Order: sequence, then C-alpha cells, then structure tokens
Amino acid sequence: MIQPQPTPNLVLTTAPFLREGTTTPVLMNRVTLATLPIIGFSIYSFGLKALLVLLASVLGCLATEALLNRNRTEPKSLLDGSALLTGVLLGLTLPPAIPLWLAILGGMVAIALGKWVWGGLGSNLFNPALVGRAFLQTSFPTVMTTWTDPFQGWGHIAKPNLALPLMQGAVDGMTAATPLGMAKFDHATTAMDLLFLGKTAGSLGETCAGLLFLCGLWLAYKKVFDWRLPVATLLTAGLFAALLHGFFPQRCVAGPVAMLFSGGLLFGAVFMVTDPVTTPLTKKGMWIFGFGVGSLTLLIRVFGGLPEGVMFSILLMNAVTPLINRYTQPRVFGGAR
Amino acid sequence: MTHATLPTFRHGVHPPERKASTAALSVERMPFVERYIVPLSQHIGKAAVPLVKPGETVVRGQMLAKPDGFISTAVHAPVSGKILNLDLQPHPSGQLMQAFTIQADSFSAQTVDTQVPPDVDSLSIQETIQWVQNSGLVGLGGAAFPTHVKFSVPQGKRIQAVILNGCECEPYLTCDHRVMLEQPGNVVRGLRLMMRKLGAQKGYIGIESNKADAIDLLKNILSDQPDVEVVALNVKYPQGAEKMLLDAIFQKEVPSGKLPLDLEMVVNNVGTAAALAQYFDDGVPLIERVVTVTGPAVPEPKNLMVPLGTPLFEVLKHCAVDLERIRQVILGGPMMGFAQKNLQAPIIKGTSGILVFEQPLAEPIGELPCIRCSRCLDACPMFLNPSRLAAMVRREWTDELQQYHLMDCFECASCSYVCPSNIPLVHLMRLGKLMIRQAKAKEQVK
Repeated sequence: MIQPQPTPNLVLTTAPFLREGTTTPVLMNRVTLATLPIIGFSIYSFGLKALLVLLASVLGCLATEALLNRNRTEPKSLLDGSALLTGVLLGLTLPPAIPLWLAILGGMVAIALGKWVWGGLGSNLFNPALVGRAFLQTSFPTVMTTWTDPFQGWGHIAKPNLALPLMQGAVDGMTAATPLGMAKFDHATTAMDLLFLGKTAGSLGETCAGLLFLCGLWLAYKKVFDWRLPVATLLTAGLFAALLHGFFPQRCVAGPVAMLFSGGLLFGAVFMVTDPVTTPLTKKGMWIFGFGVGSLTLLIRVFGGLPEGVMFSILLMNAVTPLINRYTQPRVFGGAR
Repeated sequence: MTHATLPTFRHGVHPPERKASTAALSVERMPFVERYIVPLSQHIGKAAVPLVKPGETVVRGQMLAKPDGFISTAVHAPVSGKILNLDLQPHPSGQLMQAFTIQADSFSAQTVDTQVPPDVDSLSIQETIQWVQNSGLVGLGGAAFPTHVKFSVPQGKRIQAVILNGCECEPYLTCDHRVMLEQPGNVVRGLRLMMRKLGAQKGYIGIESNKADAIDLLKNILSDQPDVEVVALNVKYPQGAEKMLLDAIFQKEVPSGKLPLDLEMVVNNVGTAAALAQYFDDGVPLIERVVTVTGPAVPEPKNLMVPLGTPLFEVLKHCAVDLERIRQVILGGPMMGFAQKNLQAPIIKGTSGILVFEQPLAEPIGELPCIRCSRCLDACPMFLNPSRLAAMVRREWTDELQQYHLMDCFECASCSYVCPSNIPLVHLMRLGKLMIRQAKAKEQVK
C-alpha cells in the first residue's frame, strides 16, 4: 500500500508568479526624489521661505488625504507617495512670497477637488497639483502674480508669507518681475545664463532651467515617465516660439530657447505633462497631448492676457485626454495597418 | 553576440532567467514508481476514449485510450502493470478528471512492446497523420496541441517553411535546451521529416542567445545544409509564442485571429520534433517527457525524463525535496504555469517544469488603483491596451472587449508582470475572454 504523503500547505495563486517589482509608490517616490535638487536650489535661491511654503503645501495635501481616506479600509493611500508628490509639485509652482495659509489651502483643494471628488488616485481627470494652483490663481490673482527677487539671504521670509488668513498684508511692497512678465509687458529679454542658472524671479521650482533639464533626463532614463510627453511638449513649444518670434518679433520678443527656459514650461514638461493618470496612454496620444500643451502655451503667452500659460494648457489637454485615448487606440498585432 | 544586433519581436518583457542551476545538467531517467495516474485529457481538444478496463493488465507503450475525433489524441501506458481504476483523479489543471490509475508491475522488465511505423517516406500524408495521432504526440512546449493536426494543411493552402521553436523563453525551464544539446540529430531529423511531409522548402530553428552552446552545436550540424537555418534571437519573453517567433525571425505578423498557416508556415517545439523523429525510428509513443525540476526548495535540481502519469510528489521526493517545508509548486514556467494544490496530480504531456518554493513567489498582495502608466501597453506583444481592457472586463462591457481585440490575447502575462499597481491584468483578460465566449454561446442558442 502507498504510504500517505504529507500534504504541504501549498499557496494557490495565478500566473504570473514573477513581478517586475517597480510599484506605484516606488514610481511616485522616484518623482519626489527627482524634485530634491530643485527643492534644494529653491531654498538656496529664495531662502527659508521656500522651505516653509513647500512644507505648508505638503501639509495641506497630506492632512486632506488622511481625512478623506480615513473611512477606506483598503488601500491606505496616505503613504502611497501620491499625496506627498502632489504637495511637493504644488509647492514648487507657487510664488515664494505666498502666504503660508494659502499654500495649505491650495494643498487641500488639490487633494479634495483635484483627486478625491473623482474617486481618489487614478480616477482624476485633471492634474491635482495644477487644480490646486488654478484655484489659487483664479481666487487670489494678485498674490499669485507677486514675485520676489532671488538671493535675499538664507533666512529670508517675506512679510506676506506670515499673513493671517483673509486679512490685509498679503502683498509686499517689494516685488520683482519674472522673465515672461518682462517679455510680455516691457518687451525686455532676459539673458540666457540667468535663465539657465536660475538667477531670475519666478515660482519656487521653475527658475533653474539647467537643473530641471537634468532631473528630466534622470526620470526619463529611469523610465519613470515616457519621454514622448515632455519631448513633444518642448519641441512644439520651441517650434511655435521660433515661428512666432520670426513673424511677430514685436509680440514675441523671446526666441525659442529663451521661451523654453523661462516660466513654467520646463517644470511643466518634466513634472506635470508626465503625470500618467491625466495624460494619454497611447504613444500617438502622447504626441498629440504634447503638441496641444506646447502650442496652447505659446498661444497664451504670446496672444493671451497672461504672461504664462503652461498651467491652463495642461489642464485643457487633461480635459481632452479621454477623447485622445479613445481615438488613438494602438493597432493590434496582425491588424490592418 | 551583441544583443542589439540579434532579431527579436516588438514589446515584451525581460524577466530574470534563473536557468543556471539546471542548464548544464544532463537529462536523467526518473525511476519507475509504484503507482501512476494517467488522465484521458492531457492535450488541447477532446479527451481520449478508454480502450481498457480496470482489472486488465497493460504493457508499457500500449494504447489505453484512442483519439475522439480529429482534435484529440491517443493516451498510452507509461508503465507495465495493472489498471486499478478509471475514475476522477487530481489533474494539473486543478480539476478532478477521468484518469487511469495503474499499479506498476515491479517484476516487469518494462520493455516497450509496440509496432514500429513503416518508413515515413513511403506513407501518404493521411497515413502519416494517422500514425502521428496514434503516437499521442502533442506540442511539448507547454500548450500540448496535438501534433498531427499541424500536418493537416487545408485545401488550397501550402506550407513554405517549418519553424522549430527553441526559444524556451520562460524563466527556470531548461528541458528544450537539454533536448537540443543531447538529441540534436533527432531535432534536425524531426524538422526534415516535417519539411518533407509538408512540402516545405525551408526550415528554421529559432533559439534565444542565452543558449549559445545549442546554437553553435546545431549550426555545426547544419553547416552543409543551406535549406535549414539556425536563427539566434535576442532573449525576451514571450518569444516562444509562435506569432512572436515569426515576428522575430521574419518581421512578419500573423493576421489577427489567424494562424501561422496564413503566412504559409508552421511552428513546432524542438522537443516535439525530436520526439517525432524518435517515434518513426522505434515506434515508442509519447509515454515520457523531459521535465525541469528546479527552484530554491529543490536540493537536487534535475532535468528528468519522467514517465507520464508519475505523481508530482514522487518526482519531488526523487529530487530530495522536503515535502513538509514547501509552500508553492508551479507546473510549467513562472509566467504562464499553474500553481498546484494537490501533489497527487501527475506529470502530463504538457508539463515542462516543476518549480518548487519555500516562500510563495506571488502571495496575494494588495491591488492599487491603475495610474495609467502605460507599462502594460509597452509590454503587450499583441499591442493591446490591457489597462483599458481590464476596466472593461470589470464593467462587463462584452461588445467593447471584442472591439478592443481581447480575443487576440494569448495570456502571456507580460501585462501583470510589469503592472506597478499589482492589478491582476492577465487574470481579468482570461475572465473577459470567458465573458465573450459565454455571450457568443448565448447568441447561438437564440
């Protein structure tokens, strides 16, 4: 008679039994990691206030995420890295002298209206950080277009930073102009080395073109995002800038390179256009999306009322992303070409 | 050989290879054990029809069950002994299935008593198909598609080239590699036999570059035969899928929903070719196959020639596996194989490997939301959109699933492999295909 065999407690799962292993939190944290040099430069350039604004924005995001996620058993989203990333990205798009309470409010709006009303991570139509920023820009336009000069000392905090909610004193007397503002309103150009090395006024994370470029290269190398999205955006913007600069030098004083290096274009191309959730899945769709962002940005910058148009261009293209996905489905292997 | 210069298909993934512990081990024979479980269904198609009854004595190699129709094949006795039972027994698919239980005759010499087929060149194509069907031969790569069916070319079609698949792209497995190294003559003769019978002008053997010794050996043997070409391929999963293999070698796409036949080609596994050549030499039907037994919980990994029907626990014990400690057993490769619960289940014709682990490879882990990172689109060798398809399966949008070509999915699991959110994509693809089939069946009833 056959001996009874031990019956091991075998685990039943379905194939595949191997996983590549890069998880969504890892992807999120890699992007956050890529912002560290930019955060560092921002603090170096704008002083202590940069750190405070970033912390305020992150606090707003994490607190809102924790609050809205509290009744969900699975998955716990507070530590999946996405709310932290939204907070950091939002913070980097804010002007250095913004009142801290506004940075917190922006973070709350980003997570609540930008993400959770849609159903949480992966369900949102618009880039959450940009929803937060758009809310601030439209509700507090003066604050969001008041800039300070870089390099005012390590410990520098602007008076408006500490303004109390909804009280006077949100705008400082000392203001500076961004390169795009100067180009639009004063028809003045900014030297390329100042743009490249970040010696200009602007939002916390957008000033140093050289550093943004390097961070983008690293993220593309690590395959955190698809290179097509930023490349399509920048190519289109560069091309349009060259055309507009050539045909309307009065309206468009900046050449293509200066156009790419000023304002939020490079930051948007590296960190916003590459948000997977709100951009197309398909290769063809990615080119279309990048083309849309690049061309709209230039139209707003050159012909619109605002000096900068990256944020609204991305949000507009976010809105048509489902449509782009729908009409750019890949050809099936062995299907008609 | 630099990777950039070697051909391969588009998309796909690069899982760790993990073949080192068995790649250099010669094939050993698994000794006979006390009892065998021989299922009537070990292949794609209808289960075989029993020819013997419980209580009868059978001789090793004797046909136990005959094919039921054309897409079906015969089943033979792996051992001389007595049929104890014909009832429901554990099957590697996870179900209970009709199977013979055979008590091996421990005093038998276990010699095979079969009829040797006549010279294959004197046979008509119909007779060849008949002989191959009676040999019980199936594709030994894993899918176990009856081999004789591939000899049947529909009216008006012809075959220009026969392609042998020596990719063995699944991690861990080394049985095809060993067959190419130890029976290169059989592989080539099997290929030539197929070419002659199908009237094909050209033969190709596609091998991934991680089996350089097999590539060199076969290239040497074939150096004076210009009509057969050994093609070294860049290592990538799932290159062993026949559509991917043809894309890699010829940069040609099999049309959606069609077979390699539409490109006037036919693809067979190298092990199948070797077994075919062997069968026309000595008439021994498919009663044993090479199985790679490996994994971190196997103290003595082996490439084993195992009689079909040998229970899994016997094979594991032979490789010194401590049955008390193991937590996961996978039949086949880790990308497309099946986890086992019951080690009484037998080795069958499609079993290419047994992988054993003390820690489960894939514990059920929490799923995160899809972030539409598009990694699954970049991985899918059929250029599908698994992210979108998965969402459609969950909404049960059967019509849209078909419009998005779900039926072209062959479940290679590359999408699940890359998904950063641990979404069970390939599982959802299987579910979706089932929904489509059920919807179609319902339509036919109306």
